[in-house]
Amino acid sequence: MSRLHDKGAEECLKRERERVSHYLHSSSETKLVEKVQHELLVVHVNQLLEKEHSGVHSLLRDDKLDDLSRMFRLYHKVTRGLEPVSNVFKQHITAEGTALVQQAEDAASSQAANGGVQEQVLIRKIIELHDKYMTYVTDCFQNHTLFHKAMKEAFEIFCNKTVAGSSSAEQLATFCDTILRKGGSDKLNDEAIEETLEKVVKLLAYISDKDLFAEFYRKKLARRLLFDRSANDEHERSILSKLKQQCGGQFTSKMEGMVTDLQLAKEYQSSFDEYLGNNPSTRPGIDLQVSVLTTGYWPSYKSSDINLPAEMARGVEVFKEFYDNKNKHRKLTWIYSLGSCHINAKFDQKPIELIVTTYQACLLMLFNTSDKLSYPEIMTQSNLSNDDLPRLLHSLSCGKYKILSKEPNTKTVTQNDSFEFNRKFNDRMRRIKVPLPLVDERKKVVEDVYKDRRYAIDAAIVRIMKSRKVLGYQQLVMDCVEQLSRMFKPDIKAIKKRIEDLISQEYLEREKENPNMFRYLA
Amino acid sequence: MPPRASKRKATASHNSSSVTSADDSPTGTITGLDNVILIAPSDKNKTKKTDRLDTLFDSYANCSSGIIDPEGIEALCSDINVEHTDVRILMFAWKLKAQRQGYFTRDEWRSGMKALKVDSLSKLKKGLPELEKEVNTPGNFQDFYSYAFRYCLTEEKQKTVDIESVCELLNLVLGSQFQSKVDLLIEYLKIQSDYKAINLDQWMGFLRFCKEISFPDLENYDADLAWPLILDNFVDWMKEKRC
Repeated sequence: MSRLHDKGAEECLKRERERVSHYLHSSSETKLVEKVQHELLVVHVNQLLEKEHSGVHSLLRDDKLDDLSRMFRLYHKVTRGLEPVSNVFKQHITAEGTALVQQAEDAASSQAANGGVQEQVLIRKIIELHDKYMTYVTDCFQNHTLFHKAMKEAFEIFCNKTVAGSSSAEQLATFCDTILRKGGSDKLNDEAIEETLEKVVKLLAYISDKDLFAEFYRKKLARRLLFDRSANDEHERSILSKLKQQCGGQFTSKMEGMVTDLQLAKEYQSSFDEYLGNNPSTRPGIDLQVSVLTTGYWPSYKSSDINLPAEMARGVEVFKEFYDNKNKHRKLTWIYSLGSCHINAKFDQKPIELIVTTYQACLLMLFNTSDKLSYPEIMTQSNLSNDDLPRLLHSLSCGKYKILSKEPNTKTVTQNDSFEFNRKFNDRMRRIKVPLPLVDERKKVVEDVYKDRRYAIDAAIVRIMKSRKVLGYQQLVMDCVEQLSRMFKPDIKAIKKRIEDLISQEYLEREKENPNMFRYLA
Repeated sequence: MPPRASKRKATASHNSSSVTSADDSPTGTITGLDNVILIAPSDKNKTKKTDRLDTLFDSYANCSSGIIDPEGIEALCSDINVEHTDVRILMFAWKLKAQRQGYFTRDEWRSGMKALKVDSLSKLKKGLPELEKEVNTPGNFQDFYSYAFRYCLTEEKQKTVDIESVCELLNLVLGSQFQSKVDLLIEYLKIQSDYKAINLDQWMGFLRFCKEISFPDLENYDADLAWPLILDNFVDWMKEKRC
């Protein structure tokens, strides 16, 4: 019974000390205490620690904080006595964390549709686990570095696991998005939200693919900002400043730029409205709102050459004139795929306002001039490609709201289909949002991040070699990994490949006498 | 001219400083004068030798370009009875320090043939075994091996050679020394799809690999060292093959 043993040990030591102070020379105390300690604690240490019902393991399992504190006090005095204790601590946390991840994976595979929800649950549970064991470190283990280290290593193990195809970096970014979105954390007050954000940022420290998190975060932030889905500007800025503190300015500079852009965009909009007010002849006949974004800060978007309906085209022209007047040296690239539109549809029963994306609106407006259109005709008139068209037409004819009727009335859109305005459509609401399912961006994000990593590795290698001039391969790899560790964990093979490319491009050469050494070529 | 030439050669060893009037070589004599113009016989022989080399060169060179082109090389090869794909021709090119694959310039020809100490086809043919020996000395082989790759970089700024050609070249250049290793390496190169072409660093790695790594166990191969990645992949492939 280790607990009793420890308590007994503590008592024993106390009594020995008393005995020494009564009978023996004070110099004997230290040696005697050490000897007793050694006998009581060290000799039987492994048995004590690993005992099924009373070792550190069981104390942790049963949340016996007092006993753990005692154990810490005792083993603290023994040379290297804390190592086995911290090892068990680490194993225990790792096991619990891994079990949580497994639970999430199992739940996700049994309810395929709810994969996203499972991720949110997992992150919450990991945060709780972190809070719980952090208390142990501060209370029972007196903030000892060994235990901080044990916790860090444990979390690093299970915080980098993929669940249902989604990396931990993506899961964490989605979690943030949920909190920061409108309606995402209605149940929490501001203080609670701040606390959660704080904890999320702490978790990021354990994730090795921080650059992947940044990119997912940026994409979701873009959507929140552009579609006006952000719940609270202050929370947005707050998490950015926490991220900046933890990961450095470079990590958050683009995101901060994005938030600022939206501010500026609002100002631009006011002066555009003023301009229209002062120049009635320029008015395009539609209510136009434009967000001007600085290219470097935002994720890259494809912009396709869609044929805009006349009214929209006119609006674009007017804004262009207005903008060019104010900024002679800047070029505008229009990303229609990010726009949204409120469009009035006159159905037989009643008119309904439809909230759609710009692309969807462009397609619908084709039916102002034609009753029935085939897929190829729509493609020609809109100038959209087979990449976009099926998805768009599906959302308008096969989804929740059938604004268009499709012939034949099958569930998928093919090139042989034709479409008509569904005048018989009705809904009890006077305004509905016709959803367009998002294209899965995961693949593109991962691709983009991997591409950036190649450049980052190149830059690190060149930087290191430029300063060291001549360096051995293993040292170069180690230095590279260290430099890049703030953002990601580079694959050793990837580093080797980059070194080879740099040799090809004559930035480096292999030393003739020692093929494991490289030299920087100025 | 030939009989003349050999006669000239016979007198080469004499260190006479006079010019015989029987000599009607266009160089250096002013007939009808008592003055004698000194031409050291070695120089004279040199120019004679150069003449021979030039003549030989001219017999294979393209008239308009003034250099020996692939056709010329093929003719040369057939005349000395060696296949133009034979490794000894590559060694010959190395000795000539030929810059451009398939072509020999007059300067390259002159200096190379002189370095070989030959000035006729028959002598060239007889000199080939010694050339081989020379190439195969440790000091020279590395240089020859590197040259063999660079000789294939025919386009300007070309840095890599396609896999097909690399396989042929490996066989040609290393086949005799490391046949079994080369066969396996070639098999792998043809199967893999990571690399469509090989650069000089990888090429040199192949030689080092053949020299240093024990076959077929590959026990002393350490992937943590700076071996080219393609060799790491080759070793993985070999180990999988074994299982």
